[in-house]
Amino acid sequence: MTMMMMEKATTVRSDSLVALRGVGKAFPNGTLALKGFDFDVRAGEFVSLLGPSGCGKSTALRIIAGLSEPSEGDVVWPSPRTDGESGIGFVFQEPTLMPWTSVFNNVLLPLELKGVSAGQAHEPVVAALDRVGLQDFGRVYPRELSGGMRMRVSIARALVTEPQLLLMDEPFAALDEITRFKLNNDLLAVWQALRTTVVFVTHSVFESVYLSNRIVVMAARPGRVFTELKIDAPYPRDQNFRTSAEYGAFCRRTSEALAQAMGAQVGAQP
Amino acid sequence: MSAPRPLHERRDRALRIALPVIVLVLGLAIWELAVRIGNIPPYVLPDPGLIARTLMSDWSLLFQSLLVTLLTTFEGFLLAAVGGVGLAVLFNQSRLLEYSLYPYAVILQVTPIVAVAPLLLIYLPQPLAVLACAWIVAFFPVLANTTLGLYSVDRNLADLFALYGASRWQMLWHLKLPSALPYILGGLRIAGGLSLIGAVVAEIAAGSAGAGSGLAYRIAESGYRLNIPRMFAALLLLSVAGIVIFYLLSLINYLALRRWHESALEEERR
Repeated sequence: MTMMMMEKATTVRSDSLVALRGVGKAFPNGTLALKGFDFDVRAGEFVSLLGPSGCGKSTALRIIAGLSEPSEGDVVWPSPRTDGESGIGFVFQEPTLMPWTSVFNNVLLPLELKGVSAGQAHEPVVAALDRVGLQDFGRVYPRELSGGMRMRVSIARALVTEPQLLLMDEPFAALDEITRFKLNNDLLAVWQALRTTVVFVTHSVFESVYLSNRIVVMAARPGRVFTELKIDAPYPRDQNFRTSAEYGAFCRRTSEALAQAMGAQVGAQP
Repeated sequence: MSAPRPLHERRDRALRIALPVIVLVLGLAIWELAVRIGNIPPYVLPDPGLIARTLMSDWSLLFQSLLVTLLTTFEGFLLAAVGGVGLAVLFNQSRLLEYSLYPYAVILQVTPIVAVAPLLLIYLPQPLAVLACAWIVAFFPVLANTTLGLYSVDRNLADLFALYGASRWQMLWHLKLPSALPYILGGLRIAGGLSLIGAVVAEIAAGSAGAGSGLAYRIAESGYRLNIPRMFAALLLLSVAGIVIFYLLSLINYLALRRWHESALEEERR
């Protein structure tokens, strides 16, 4: 376990999938969501952005997705993305499903928007539903599902294009702990099976430690990287890891880092 | 769900049907009695029995007129639906167009149709003037509701569509129109009744001036001739027509939304 302060990186590492350099974001109402934000996403990793609310972690995610333009700084994609926008999957805090149509059609949506024919799209949709354990629920409407199952649909939808990069914005925050643990395990299984890259935004220390290779702790006002922790416990991780002393130690370190980040934030206030 | 409903609920349902019927029977009985005891002549107030007999004896004439009015109502409603939804979609695509035209749509709505009808009758052939009235009255709720609906799109869903590079057309067809559907149907339900009112107002305004033979024209004509029982009979038919239109549109509303929209869902947990 190593804990290292983030260095000011000026060059983009070759194994970076995407790199944010000096990114700032000011909203029209004057809020400074991000300032001087440097962040690399390395191919194949599971990285969490951890921080108090208002530290700009969701904003950073939206900037990576291209849903929001940075006010300053650059977003660098070192190697050209294979397939335009479809290289990214996004999972929101809420399931964000279309209530007027079936689970199958919800998962089909990204392919439909890309102009994939219904015949060709059938197999990937079935595969994505299978991956999240919803193979029998294609014809059901979203409101007939529980919160956890709706979130599974949302994940299946994000996976259906087999994205290089999966962006997740506190996806399990609204779920109960039992469901959340189950989805944590399933998400890790999917990540390992697909060898995709995940950027996971959360405010839960325990969740970030359980899931990630690397945790980027953020401080607020303005949002910035405070420090970075490497969680070098091996995968697959399971219930044994969750109850291990190693996990506890990682969580303590991370909590301390988060507490310092909050302290830095208070100190930074005028 | 298949369990028998509790007693108090069944009693509640029975009361909801029985009470209005009892009120109706009582009302008719008092009416009949009042006419007989007071010896009120039929040209002042006909008793319910006479109205029923008139309805039967004048059936072919009244039914013909009913068809004329219903056809106008239906055409006005159809034009209002197409025009209202179509214009709302155009407004949604172009702010400039919305700013330019919306005030005039409002003016069209707030100017009392009774005052406009005589003018229309001067410039348009009578059937067309009647149709125009039905359209003007029914058009605005469809426009206003659809406009509101098209702007009531889930922000995250809109982001998702943007992420997958949805075209304007896809955005409209797959996101905005389905989101707006409950609003559109609500507007149509109002428009159905209003279209009938518009047709009736125009027919009355046309009065003896035209060769119109709609139901409202029959009412006006019967009024001049002091044929009060026929006035009541025609009025009864108009009410029934209004009720049928309302429930028909409610049924369409229910069928379209029952799988997903809160407003149309049956209570599931008993």
